[in-house]
Amino acid sequence: MDGKLAGMDIRRRNNVTVTGRADGPVLLLAHGFGCDQNMWRLVVPALAESYRVVLFDYVGSGRADPSAWDERRYSSLEGYAQDVLDVCEELDLRDVTFVGHSVSSMVGVLAAAKAPQRLSRLVMVAPSPCYIDDEEYRGGFSAEDIDELLESLESNYLGWSAAMAPVIMGNADRPELGQELTTSFCATDPDMARVFARTTFLSDSRQDLKTITVPTLILECRQDVIAPREVGAFVRDAIPGSRLVTLEATGHCPQLSAPQATLAAITDFMGAA
Amino acid sequence: MMCRTDQSAPEPGEEQDVDATDAVFTSLLEDSAEELYEQAPCGYLSTLMDGTIAKINTTLLDWLGLERSRVVGRMRFADLLTVGGKLYHETHFAPLLQMKGEVSGIAMDIKTAGKQRMPALVTSKVKTSEDGEPMLIRTTVFDARERRAYEAELLRGRKAAEEARRQAEADRIRLQEALAVLQQSLLPPELPEVPGLETGSYYHTASPDLLGGDFYDLFPVGSGRWAFFLGDVCGKGPQAAAVTSLTRHTLRAAALHDADPVTVLNTLNTVLHDRYTSGDTRYCTAIFGVLEPDDGHFGVHLASGGHPSALIQRADGSADYLPTPGGLLVGVLPQASFTAARARLLPGDTLLLYTDGLTEARTGPDRELYGDDALRAFTAAQPPAGPKALITALSGLLASFGDGLDDDTALLALGVPAALPTPGAKV
Repeated sequence: MDGKLAGMDIRRRNNVTVTGRADGPVLLLAHGFGCDQNMWRLVVPALAESYRVVLFDYVGSGRADPSAWDERRYSSLEGYAQDVLDVCEELDLRDVTFVGHSVSSMVGVLAAAKAPQRLSRLVMVAPSPCYIDDEEYRGGFSAEDIDELLESLESNYLGWSAAMAPVIMGNADRPELGQELTTSFCATDPDMARVFARTTFLSDSRQDLKTITVPTLILECRQDVIAPREVGAFVRDAIPGSRLVTLEATGHCPQLSAPQATLAAITDFMGAA
Repeated sequence: MMCRTDQSAPEPGEEQDVDATDAVFTSLLEDSAEELYEQAPCGYLSTLMDGTIAKINTTLLDWLGLERSRVVGRMRFADLLTVGGKLYHETHFAPLLQMKGEVSGIAMDIKTAGKQRMPALVTSKVKTSEDGEPMLIRTTVFDARERRAYEAELLRGRKAAEEARRQAEADRIRLQEALAVLQQSLLPPELPEVPGLETGSYYHTASPDLLGGDFYDLFPVGSGRWAFFLGDVCGKGPQAAAVTSLTRHTLRAAALHDADPVTVLNTLNTVLHDRYTSGDTRYCTAIFGVLEPDDGHFGVHLASGGHPSALIQRADGSADYLPTPGGLLVGVLPQASFTAARARLLPGDTLLLYTDGLTEARTGPDRELYGDDALRAFTAAQPPAGPKALITALSGLLASFGDGLDDDTALLALGVPAALPTPGAKV
């Protein structure tokens, strides 16, 4: 298993993109559940002026190599954290600022705990360590809500996007459809997306937050169904010395809905840290 | 499509209908844009960029069972969705819309008046100002209840097909494992060590279910003597395998009682004939023999029942058949005669037994039989380097036949090493 991974071309496997100033500090941008590295497209040009920007797709998302998929590995956040570490090792990245969106924030926590010499700063964009309410903790969703999401993923993916239909119905004999899919944004194999969704929304990383020792910036949106304000405050309180910035943005993807504010917060943090 | 204004005009031509047609047209023209919007057969809404609902039509309000005053300026589009739909909206729909400016035909469930889910197909497009700034999002919502029901059927069908495929695959693996165990029981796991003798064997199975009809064995029969046999049961598959099993065990048991080759084949003939005569004749061809060590060489005494003659590769590089003409198939007649032959294996000599898969393989562009002469020539062309080297050369030959080799093939080679290692010397 290890031998096989070591022998694989990680750059190809994770569709790694490197851009920006070659001698600049390294920013590693990690997408969350639902899309791929395209999520960062509105902030990358500005970041590239000052930083060396590394982007990638987790196996199972975007244009990562689907043949590298391993359902067991990617059924836990550790599997995704290993993708991060593999990319760091392949490019020999050190002193990296890891910018993780949504569930990737928690992936970053796991990766930083394993390789603190590589990941030395964390930026969490709309993080939530646990989506399900638990006694005093308000994650924003009941266990039934999450079941409903997973069930609708199960029963509903046929219709989610017309673009997905060829994947589901099998398009081996119509390669032009596959071609279209690979060039469209955020096209994901539904089976792999289901596993990622389950791993994301059933994870509980609250205990892992305590392990963070590196400088950490938390970005939350003023209005976010998936990561409500209470969760942002919980994450800040759980990580000593962390900074919480509330962006004037709605939704779960401030890098798309408020790219300028997101950029400003990251740049400010990089200058201070 | 369903949102388009219905422009189907009345059938033209009928003189007396002209007045009626005019009346329909007039009423259509009086159908205001506002009316079309409010009562359209699909839901319409417009939202600010943050999702706040600015405008919504009556059709959608009716589906939702909500008052306009409770919705406009107070709710966001995502608030109209079920929890699953909300999460999907935030993780997929909204990012795609922000990136591409439009998203079409996405299935999400909306919450209806009676706390029911209503499957819908949602299409959104961002309206931008003249200088390209996004201003608002226009969204249409189609009722997809029936379509979703069809999709559910499709998914159910797909799941059932996948389950059936998984089951079939599991059955196939189980069957193959069982067949592999059975097949292994038909051949010795490995040939025993025989003092002063080198051995080699090879088995090629042509049938996809792994059950061939060829067999061989080598085993001691007392007083330093060793018995060997190799044969071919007619047919393939489970029935042939059952005959193979019976044949193999009969030969071993008979040899322990009396290892004389003709006697052993006679016993096998009787057993097969008695067992399979009634309408289901099963027979085999076989060579059975005994090796007797004698001062650095081996005496060979063998008999054949309808089986291709053994071939001896001599230390001097020549190769000759050991003829056993006239032996009958084993198991066909109640009494059969078998032909015996004797030979001596001197140091460097190798005795080769094979089944007709080898000599009846098809070769060349004309698909001619490989044949006895070619086998002898091939063997004579090999350096006399012992059974293992000969088997290696022959298995290479078999591989070179490709799909010209369409039968099972068994090879067994027994030889006396050219220079016996002196006691204590390194082998």
